[in-house]
Amino acid sequence: MTDSVVPAIRAAHLHKRYGSHAVVRDVSFVLPAGETLVLLGPSGCGKTTLLKMLNRLVEPDEGTIDINGEDVRRQQPEQLRRGIGYVIQQVGLLPHYTVAENIAVVPRLLGHPPVAIADRTAALLTRLHLPPARYAGQYPHQLSGGQQQRVGLARALAANPPIILMDEPFGALDPITRASIRREFRELEELRQKTVVLVTHDVTEAFELADRILLLDAGQVQQLGTPRELLLRPANDFVRRFFAAERLALQLRTFTLADVQPFLPAFTLDEQPGFSAETSVQEVLEQLTTNGVVNHFPFDLAQLMAAFGQALQGEEAAWKR
Amino acid sequence: METLTELLVFWQAQAGKLGEQTLQHIGLTAASLLLAVVLGVPLGLLLTRRPRWAPAILGVAGALQTVPSIALLGFLIPLLGIGPKPAIFALFLYSLLPIIRNTLTGVQGVSPAVVEAARGLGLTDGQILRRVELPLALPVLFAGIRTATVINVGVATLAAYVAAGGLGEFIFGGIALNNPAMILAGALPAAGLALAFDAALAGLQRLSTRRLVQVGAALLVLLPLLGGLYLLPRATGKLLAGFSPEFVGRADGLPGLKSAYHLRRLPSVVLAPALVYEAARHQDVDLIDGYSTDGRIRAYDLRVLRDDRRVFPPYYAAPVVRPAVLAAYPELAPVLAQLAGQISDSVMTNLNYRADYLHQEPRAIAEAFLRRRGLWRAARPLAPGAPVVRLGSKIFAEQYILLEMYAALIRGNTGLAVETKTGLGGTTICFEALRTGAIDMYPEYTGTGLQVLLQPSPAVLDSLGGRPPAVLQYVRQQFRRRYGLEWLAPLGFNNTYALLMRQRQARQLGIVSISQLSTYLSK
Repeated sequence: MTDSVVPAIRAAHLHKRYGSHAVVRDVSFVLPAGETLVLLGPSGCGKTTLLKMLNRLVEPDEGTIDINGEDVRRQQPEQLRRGIGYVIQQVGLLPHYTVAENIAVVPRLLGHPPVAIADRTAALLTRLHLPPARYAGQYPHQLSGGQQQRVGLARALAANPPIILMDEPFGALDPITRASIRREFRELEELRQKTVVLVTHDVTEAFELADRILLLDAGQVQQLGTPRELLLRPANDFVRRFFAAERLALQLRTFTLADVQPFLPAFTLDEQPGFSAETSVQEVLEQLTTNGVVNHFPFDLAQLMAAFGQALQGEEAAWKR
Repeated sequence: METLTELLVFWQAQAGKLGEQTLQHIGLTAASLLLAVVLGVPLGLLLTRRPRWAPAILGVAGALQTVPSIALLGFLIPLLGIGPKPAIFALFLYSLLPIIRNTLTGVQGVSPAVVEAARGLGLTDGQILRRVELPLALPVLFAGIRTATVINVGVATLAAYVAAGGLGEFIFGGIALNNPAMILAGALPAAGLALAFDAALAGLQRLSTRRLVQVGAALLVLLPLLGGLYLLPRATGKLLAGFSPEFVGRADGLPGLKSAYHLRRLPSVVLAPALVYEAARHQDVDLIDGYSTDGRIRAYDLRVLRDDRRVFPPYYAAPVVRPAVLAAYPELAPVLAQLAGQISDSVMTNLNYRADYLHQEPRAIAEAFLRRRGLWRAARPLAPGAPVVRLGSKIFAEQYILLEMYAALIRGNTGLAVETKTGLGGTTICFEALRTGAIDMYPEYTGTGLQVLLQPSPAVLDSLGGRPPAVLQYVRQQFRRRYGLEWLAPLGFNNTYALLMRQRQARQLGIVSISQLSTYLSK
């Protein structure tokens, strides 16, 4: 059955070299619709080149890319790009267009009716906490960096493309803005249904947003898998070293209440609004260590940490077997 | 103050001409600018796509910029003739560099992130160019257009040299006539135009990009309209005349001619003195002013129309000398007198023909002439510390030849050393040099002494009536009294103004005199 489902993106044996320098070497992956794939790796590992191959801003030397089952080389590059959202680090809003006009670029190219475009623009701005009455008529230079990036996202979403490509979308923001916008992105219903390919060199960001991570080094795939797989079962030394510095933090993010539940006193999640079996240990930890917040968990910090330790050992043992 | 009054009087008298010239000036500037934008902007855009070509193309445009404007017009005349074509083309070449360069710089200044985002959104190359790069490059592009406009308003004054009109007509007429009010009459409006255009375009540059797009489109409509000012109907007639600026402005030039012969229906253009003969030769114009002894009359087969009502005053050439030199070296006067009455109109025309057309050296022409007349003596050896006689001349061939003749005679017949100063521009410069003692002698013309230097009242002019002996006597007497300078005996020829036509055309129309020309035009 699963074979008959066409993946959103299928990349096979991609190669790209600039002069004598191989930037992408034999990269393949398959991305089912609705999933978020993070291209992760150190600077210069080829992740941005790989991303740009997907909308033909860069043409691969070898290999094929199918989007929704169709070879991208058989489509006009412009037509292809209009069906794929694109967000970049420097945002690249057109400085002589207002916020509303920037958002309307692709729908206009696609010939959507003006009324529909206006409605869609207003809806997107509202959802991204930029009240249209105030922001629609402003020019990009009047906005803060975070606001500009939200407009950049609205622009990518405007024509409701099934696939969104993002190249370090939070890279230029300060850490506080960055965290808050990242949360907004994650909670944005629009984005959850989309197939997303996101480039970053920030490990925390990757773990927070990815369904799966493609870890690259020197143009080659080091490992492709869920965050949990990369963390607990690194394919090689590079993968292990890449996460070494933030190992504990990442584990706390990766393990959920469901993982530690067997090692804790019995409790029901009904008493804790906002928590579910999917909630990460990290978030429970934050809850328990925040002063003045009422807890209904029948365990304390020490018990949680002990349970986390046991779960971790169990997991690692299971992987080793 | 006096000049200011003269200026206002001049403007009042020439209001119609001023308006016409201003419109022509704007027309020339706008037409050339339009061409430069239409060609320069696409070229600049092409360079943004092919940056490798940029140094070569910008280099050529830059080299064009360094060609002196007069020289550029000189090169263009054989290709494009005279009139607006070479003027507009030259102005166009001068505008190219700022427009191409600023188009390129403007587009290159657009943030790469904006272009990448636009490409990623699915804009085609053309859409990126039209909707992103060009609008964002507009402020820089406008700065280039502004530079080009100001350059063009200035250079367009030179259009008057190639019969393309504009405010240069007054300026060059004024320079030729040593008339400051007339120079200002053209220069002030030209400067005003430049400042006005500069201010207007500076204002545009400050507009938002969105407004600039609209303004740019409006300009593309406006420029052809302004350029069209040039095409406003102008008087036409059976013959077209091309006159030098001096001739148009002088009382004894065109104005005198028109009133004496009742010349009507004679449309004319103004062009550089050096070009009038070429214009007649190439049939760009039918009637020109010239000098009756010019070598090109023979070279280009032109006919001097007889001045049967004696409007042109006599211009007999004679050496003007500082009497102190004659007193100090008594041997000098008889030597200088050897040439008196020796050179007729046709002889002088021939000598000029050798210089202007056969490009022989003035010194060689002078020697050949003196040998033929048996006046040639080899230069005497000079005693150390021999006294020096300094001879001056204006800058044209006839004066050079006369100067070399006098120099050879003095060297051959006296023990005096000779120093020649041939670069003394026009009449005023020569005259001042003589008066201040920088030179001791130069050949001058009786008519020039009368009209340009003495400038007597109309009553006096009337009383002289253009009779050659009367004019010589008056000039000689006045120079002695006012400046303490001496006119020696004339050489014999009368290098006066002349109205010239091509022999062939004159023969076909049966025109020999100016009266016949007047009759022909009135028919």
